[in-house]
Amino acid sequence: MRLHRSSGHLTLAIALLALPFIIDALFGHGWVRIADFALLYIMLALGLNIVVGYAGLLDLGYIAFFAVGAYTYALLGSPQFGLHWPMYVVLPLGALIACGFGVLLGAPTLKLRGDYLAIVTLGFGEIIRIFLNNLNAPVNVTNGPQGISAIDPLQLGGFSFGDSYNWFGFRVDDVHLHYYLFLAFTLLVIFISRRLEDSRIGRAWVAIREDEVAASAMGINTRNIKLLAFAMGATFGGISGGLFAGFQGFVSPESFSLMESIMVLCMVVLGGMGNVGGVVLGGVLLVALPELFRNAAGPVQQALLGKVVVDPESLRMLMFGLALILVMLWRPAGLWPSTQRRREFDADDSVLHQEQETVYDASK
Amino acid sequence: MTPASERLLELAGVGKHFGGVTALADVSLHIKHGEIYGLIGPNGAGKTTLFNVVTGLYQLDSGAFDFAGQRYTRCKPHLLAQAGIARTFQNIRLFANMSALENIMVGRHLRTRTGIWGALTRHAAARAEERETVQRARELLVYVGIDCAHQTLAKHLSYGEQRRLEIARALATEPKLLALDEPAAGMNATETVALKALLQKIRASGITVLLIEHDVKLIMGLCDRVAVLDYGKKIAEGVPEEVRRDPAVIAAYLGGSAGGEHD
Repeated sequence: MRLHRSSGHLTLAIALLALPFIIDALFGHGWVRIADFALLYIMLALGLNIVVGYAGLLDLGYIAFFAVGAYTYALLGSPQFGLHWPMYVVLPLGALIACGFGVLLGAPTLKLRGDYLAIVTLGFGEIIRIFLNNLNAPVNVTNGPQGISAIDPLQLGGFSFGDSYNWFGFRVDDVHLHYYLFLAFTLLVIFISRRLEDSRIGRAWVAIREDEVAASAMGINTRNIKLLAFAMGATFGGISGGLFAGFQGFVSPESFSLMESIMVLCMVVLGGMGNVGGVVLGGVLLVALPELFRNAAGPVQQALLGKVVVDPESLRMLMFGLALILVMLWRPAGLWPSTQRRREFDADDSVLHQEQETVYDASK
Repeated sequence: MTPASERLLELAGVGKHFGGVTALADVSLHIKHGEIYGLIGPNGAGKTTLFNVVTGLYQLDSGAFDFAGQRYTRCKPHLLAQAGIARTFQNIRLFANMSALENIMVGRHLRTRTGIWGALTRHAAARAEERETVQRARELLVYVGIDCAHQTLAKHLSYGEQRRLEIARALATEPKLLALDEPAAGMNATETVALKALLQKIRASGITVLLIEHDVKLIMGLCDRVAVLDYGKKIAEGVPEEVRRDPAVIAAYLGGSAGGEHD
């Protein structure tokens, strides 16, 4: 059983490592880039999953934390201020600042629930974007709508993820290197998510989602635990944002619109709220499918009708909306909802029988 | 008079109103260590309000209460749970989409410490604590008699089982005072008898029980002392036999007939 599992893990690891080259060979360079973006979105979705999926707090402004991470990286690693701080300083710093913003947003909204919380977080997301858009006067900080360009590539020591290398006759490009970097971070985020989910903290989050009053009556400090959810989610958003800035080399406020927040939320909801696997699936599908559709819509119309009737771009959003409705109708819990988790301790029932006679003793 | 050292919970002139409605008016009573204390009264008499005040869900408007030697006027629910008051709810409030076992494990939150770091690294102490949490949760399922259901989601349990699970979850917080809001509501006669046995077992283990109940037979057979609320006022208090003969109580609650037990 253990052997079986570890061999499964090995297969998965090899597949993940080979994936960018397979994609490259089959679909071309552009698709490896899309895979990179998919990983960034998966990180975002996993962060939002902690807030929405575990703790049940509907956050419609989540992209703001992505923006905070991205701009932290952009401001500290670009000619904007002439600062070129290294990645291993700027990325954690971006995560920390995003975390701070998470607490900042969390603190005043703690008493709000449901619709009210959604509206306030939506406002928060827009405020951040508008701030970034207008913070070019009186002192130019963010360069306003033009955004910040010529951002330093992600690099560690002398190794830059933005260059191409020739190793053992293999040409390894920047998109491949970024893939591995993002994959490492995504795996870390998945690891953290799963560990937290199956812990005292994770149970407290779910308890708050299920019934906040009962949770507080059971001794859970709902204020702190909710703030922790906001902070953790924002941290993941900040890391993803920093990586995004280094990868793109350019950030501008329009990358952080409400539509992006909704997109990330859709990944969580469509994939399966509260289930890490489902959220990953949602991220992959919602990045890959629209791209696929964009590429296919033109040629298909050409073949069927002889001309392009509807602009592929607008058709893409139409199909996206339709897909959302269909999934919500047929799989309201998401494509891959969290099943009742099986834990290691369920395996042995013999313990149960031994304890049949044990009487609960309050003095313990 | 009971000496102060024997009192676990003491309410002094507790008042609570909602707008113009007085839910509790100057209620004073005390509960002694190790007793089963019943709280009865007609619908809307303020019993659940009193529960909510004592468990921190409502803030009281006047008066104060002492619990385990500490005075409270305003307090958060989780701090009162920490201090040792655990409760169940009249309309069951379990974590519906968590398993029975997980519900009880949430109850252990208060008495465990693992934080983010422990959750991520799963160091030896965190693992030991998690094991103990599971162990205690299982013991409690056995203790309340629903051990066959540990993997069942709370919402899929029968009504009686849900009531028991709520008690188990409350016991998981290691309370000094267990406050039960109509635990027998909706139970059949057999289940009520089993509940009575469970409550006696809980009391025997040293936990004081505060009980709101409409089932007069259960109250009379189980409680050491009973208080009667009517329109937010305490109209009687004493051993069940006395209270039952109290004319004010008969008028307010039991109806005209002296033996007015309605099952």
